[in-house]
Amino acid sequence: MTTRIDRKFEALKAEGRPALVTYFMGGDPDYETSLRIMKALPGAGADVIELGMPFSDPMADGPAIQAAGLRALKGGQTLVRTLAMARAFREEDDTTPIVMMGYYNPIYIYGVDRFLKDAVASGVDGLIVVDLPPEMDEELCLPALKAGVNFIRLATPTTDEKRLPTVLNNTSGFVYYVSMTGITGSALPDTSKVGDAVARIKAHTDLPVCVGFGVKTASQARAIGSSADGVVVGTAIVNAIANVLGPDGQMTADPAEAVATFVSGLAKGVRDARLAEAG
Amino acid sequence: MNQPANPNSFRTGPDEQGMFGIFGGRFVAETLMPLILDLQDEWNKAKTDPEFQAELKSLGAHYVGRPSPLYFAERLTEHLGGAKIYFKREELNHTGSHKINNCIGQILLARRMGKTRIIAETGAGQHGVASATVAARFGFPCVVYMGATDVERQAPNVFRMKLLGAEVRPVTAGHGTLKDAMNEALRDWVTNVEDTYYLIGTVAGPHPYPEMVRDFQAVIGVEARQQILEAEGRLPDLVIAAVGGGSNAMGIFHPFLDDKDVQIVGVEAGGRGLEGDEHCASITAGRPGVLHGNRTYLLQNEDGQIKDGHSISAGLDYPGIGPEHSWLKDIGRAEYVPIMDTEALEAFQLLTRLEGIIPALEPSHAIAEVMKRAPMMAKDQIILMNLSGRGDKDVMTVGKILGHEL
Repeated sequence: MTTRIDRKFEALKAEGRPALVTYFMGGDPDYETSLRIMKALPGAGADVIELGMPFSDPMADGPAIQAAGLRALKGGQTLVRTLAMARAFREEDDTTPIVMMGYYNPIYIYGVDRFLKDAVASGVDGLIVVDLPPEMDEELCLPALKAGVNFIRLATPTTDEKRLPTVLNNTSGFVYYVSMTGITGSALPDTSKVGDAVARIKAHTDLPVCVGFGVKTASQARAIGSSADGVVVGTAIVNAIANVLGPDGQMTADPAEAVATFVSGLAKGVRDARLAEAG
Repeated sequence: MNQPANPNSFRTGPDEQGMFGIFGGRFVAETLMPLILDLQDEWNKAKTDPEFQAELKSLGAHYVGRPSPLYFAERLTEHLGGAKIYFKREELNHTGSHKINNCIGQILLARRMGKTRIIAETGAGQHGVASATVAARFGFPCVVYMGATDVERQAPNVFRMKLLGAEVRPVTAGHGTLKDAMNEALRDWVTNVEDTYYLIGTVAGPHPYPEMVRDFQAVIGVEARQQILEAEGRLPDLVIAAVGGGSNAMGIFHPFLDDKDVQIVGVEAGGRGLEGDEHCASITAGRPGVLHGNRTYLLQNEDGQIKDGHSISAGLDYPGIGPEHSWLKDIGRAEYVPIMDTEALEAFQLLTRLEGIIPALEPSHAIAEVMKRAPMMAKDQIILMNLSGRGDKDVMTVGKILGHEL
């Protein structure tokens, strides 16, 4: 079964450039603003959208995404509303893949079967659930694959040769390579090491490999994009939103515009990646 | 598949996936998985390694002070006028609580695994102090994550940790209590996975922690079972302990699980009452969910967001409970009941006056339940309670509530 994710990566391959994968937190700072941010992403150059599902205890996230999740929860965001955002976005855009990203408990409480049914109906294409390693595939990964939803797995620097096949098994859509051991938003390691890691993963799979955790600037995106099939940017986008919020959460400028401006710069970096390599 | 191999025993869990029925598991980020699998291997080897067991036993005897005494609480028994009450005196251990039993075991494992840095989370500070203690004893640097609220209400323990050479990092996220400290410890672990050993203080977290911590703490119940047989010639009618994450309770419960005539009761923190959010009675008032690496009963809202909870006792101030407790509750082998802050406070004072023992606020919850049950029981019946920690650390908190300027 080909999904929107498969089709998108095929199209980009034909174009000869890597994907720009953009993460933002659903409901940050409020539902309406967040939906406008989401709708602005494709026009600014995002190829794949990671829609964050806020969770009270984001154990793998750094301070920026922790704060974004808290803002969203304070603004009344729930999983029901995050699914509604996907549905509202899908009414106007039928090609940009949506990957919902977060932690398992809200999905477990929503009910796995009900969630998958509603996710498919809302036009969601894939899932990244940080606290579901392959050992827990029966929880959500296998039901998701059965429902036609891609289950995108994280591979990390601690995923050695022995473990890589376990991680890649049942992974679909793309592989998300976490470029360092750590939480989201930490410093990006040496980009040449990232190239080696991507090559290592590619030796085991035909799936596209996207690299994230720590990518903050257009030039980093360009450097990563020269070896990876996609560049994931999250914390820096979340920061672009936080930067236009005052101490009491009031907006000092339009977050959707701030995100669009920032993402346009990243998109240029990504689009230059292969040109630079070729030139 | 999720059932223990021997259907006649309650003591064979977890299964190979780390499940106790539907509870437990390994719900962690991929970065941690290889390490958790290594830990499991190392733990499996250590369990049957006579050298490891001998070192553990020797440190238990000469460093911790094991076995801890079993004490007949004569005046409390007389006062309540019913069942005979025995305390397992874990508060007499080195560092003042049962926490050291687990820390000694895990520090030996950390050394076996070649790790060079220890991290831990702490609520009341008892586990933090025990971790800092073993880190000092074995020469490891140690970072303890502690909620900012707890740093304030457990000041003496914070200073003890610092004296022992540990770095205490206050965590301001959430309500600044144990849950937030555990999140931050997990973030540190994911970042420093190469050289760092995460010394979890309770029977929770990803497999193999719930099993491993239980096995290190089961020495409490193993000793108590033998001691009560020596003292009374029979097993107790009721075994009772306070439950936060549940390590002291699991430690005393586990060796009695297959003694079907022994009733088992865990006491949760009822805080200011179960009507609102100001309690930590995860089993009584929560529902199964996934947090901190395992599925277990959790306090959460209808969207699956975890609540902060409240307890007078920092050690019980956690919105979850070890997965094996959740399983014991669901299969009906153990019963879990809440005790309110005010009841625990009353029990704290009663025990101090009647027995000359100042208990920690955590076991004061268990004492309060004993105060309810003992008078209803016959004089020839026996209650065994785990007196898991001493109350020196709580003197300031209690003084404040009772209006004493300290």
